[in-house]
Amino acid sequence: MTSPTRERAERAPAPVPTTPTTPADRWRALPSPLRHLLLAVLALTGVCGLVLVTGDLAALRFAAVGYTLLALAGLQLLVGGSGQISLGHGAFLMIGAYGMALLVLHQPMLPLAANLAIVVAVSAVAGVAVGTATARLHGPYLAGATLILAVGLPGLAHRYHEVLGGSNGLNIRAAGAPPFLEGIVSTSDWRALVVWTTVLLALTVLATISSGRLGRRMRAVRDDETAAAMAGVPVGSTKVAAFVIASTAGGLAGGLQAYVLGTVTPGSFTLALSLSLLAALVLGGIGGMWGALWAALALVYFEVWAADLAGALDLGRDVENNLPVVFFGVVLILVLRFWPLGIQGLVQRLLERRGSSASAPTP
Amino acid sequence: MTHFVNLTLNGLASGAAYAALALSLVIIYQATRLVNFAQPALALISVYTAYTVTQLTGSYWIGFAAALSAGLVAGALVERVIIRPIARTSELNAVIVTLGLLLVVQGAVGMVWGNEQHALGYAFSYVGRFSPADAFALASVAAVAGLLFALYRFTPLGLRMRAAAFHPEAARLSGVRVGLMLTVGWGVAAFIGALAGMLAGPPFISPNAFDAVFVFGITAAVVGGLDSPFGALLGGMLMGLAMSYVSGYVGPEVATLAALAVVVLVLSVRPDGILSRPTARKV
Repeated sequence: MTSPTRERAERAPAPVPTTPTTPADRWRALPSPLRHLLLAVLALTGVCGLVLVTGDLAALRFAAVGYTLLALAGLQLLVGGSGQISLGHGAFLMIGAYGMALLVLHQPMLPLAANLAIVVAVSAVAGVAVGTATARLHGPYLAGATLILAVGLPGLAHRYHEVLGGSNGLNIRAAGAPPFLEGIVSTSDWRALVVWTTVLLALTVLATISSGRLGRRMRAVRDDETAAAMAGVPVGSTKVAAFVIASTAGGLAGGLQAYVLGTVTPGSFTLALSLSLLAALVLGGIGGMWGALWAALALVYFEVWAADLAGALDLGRDVENNLPVVFFGVVLILVLRFWPLGIQGLVQRLLERRGSSASAPTP
Repeated sequence: MTHFVNLTLNGLASGAAYAALALSLVIIYQATRLVNFAQPALALISVYTAYTVTQLTGSYWIGFAAALSAGLVAGALVERVIIRPIARTSELNAVIVTLGLLLVVQGAVGMVWGNEQHALGYAFSYVGRFSPADAFALASVAAVAGLLFALYRFTPLGLRMRAAAFHPEAARLSGVRVGLMLTVGWGVAAFIGALAGMLAGPPFISPNAFDAVFVFGITAAVVGGLDSPFGALLGGMLMGLAMSYVSGYVGPEVATLAALAVVVLVLSVRPDGILSRPTARKV
């Protein structure tokens, strides 16, 4: 957790109004929502290609990367952006997932888009409730309170087992590909595409927020709360806003997860999930949105590799199930010790080195 | 009425374990300004050590002693090897590292002993209203709290530990080995955490056994005031009673969420807990 804001502000040249000449200048002159939307469309095209080329299993894994990425991007905005540690992100995934499952079970006529919109609204409300309740808590107190939420919320599934299905959870059958696409894309392909479209739209919103005024305020609060308050930043409402945005992203991610997997159980939203999300984010690099991508890839594919490895070495179920958790714990400790900016920090350093060697010869 | 009395007695007994856990959190917070989220992990190591030793020797008390010593050693080791190099960098990083440790230990315990439950015995008979096991829980925690008070208050070691926590630079200039004091503090804290684990663990232990107990322990510490050992004891007993009533009258599943409500309510009235003095802050 560094505070790059100040350095960046000092390094940034004074904004000189020039006419855009090179393509890079023209790109930077675009308004940021449009820029992010264009990037999202580009990414979606790439994902479409990948999904159509590869098989069903790979498509499901892409979908998993998609919703994990969304959850992590929300957490990144909260932890990296505003400096609040939440150990209860899994709780919001659970709210979204159960919301989705209940909607599909009890209102089967609603289209998916409406379901997702309701899930977004519900998790935003939950975020407002928890965010305002914990707005006065800081540092370890906030971490403790959100930890309690992560441990406690799955208990509700047992408490109201008639509605929430107890430890067996709920099973849903979400709609597959529309009839006119039958034969072209399989159900898994279609789901992966739906997930990635939603995720990229949501990421566009998150990136726009992060690069806009609210994002600047969050970073100001993160770097120095007192200084931010004296500069006129409303500290309390900025913190609550960050919390609400993060929990909404988490809820939407949970809803998408329920849509893809077709099953929600309290056992999949344990404290270990919340902690693994945080660990993966630190591994990916907590300073920016790109770190969330590396983190999502690591979370999804390490689980796959752990299963393969345990199968190949004949390690048994106990080892296989716990391997990802142990890996993320070890990685978390090592990364913080030796490499505090994560994968994205390394990527950035490589890019900068290339950039400086390329620009050095020009006078 | 009988139900109420039973719940009260139960609450006192389980409150003893929460008080011990809260005490171990407070000791570390006082020394290093760090909430040790790895405390359930240290307790887990201790309890599984007790399980294995009891299986091998057949004696509960040898296992009990092994658990407490394992806690002491694990706490000191963790401070030396993992916490110290990172605590210097930032407060946020130190918190995240304890979480990493929690993940590692929970996973490793699952790998070695399996994710299923194992039976762990009580020290004494647990049958009946306010059983001997309950009395042992209260007595042992009271004894440990008394010893801790004596250590801090009357021994040179305790004085050095307090000095190191109060003002590290000044203490170092006066010849106190501050680093060693931190290690001792972590060892003592993990020792008490191991006791909490031995009290709260039975009848069954599993890698996630202490998640809920830790929730109550951290609630107790926060409610009592992270800076106050007496607050931790008081908070622990109050949490034991409150959670016993909630479990008995509403249902055990909502007890953890009730703990969240308690934290939020108490902290919105007293942001630093019940037994803490408001501190002046220079801006």
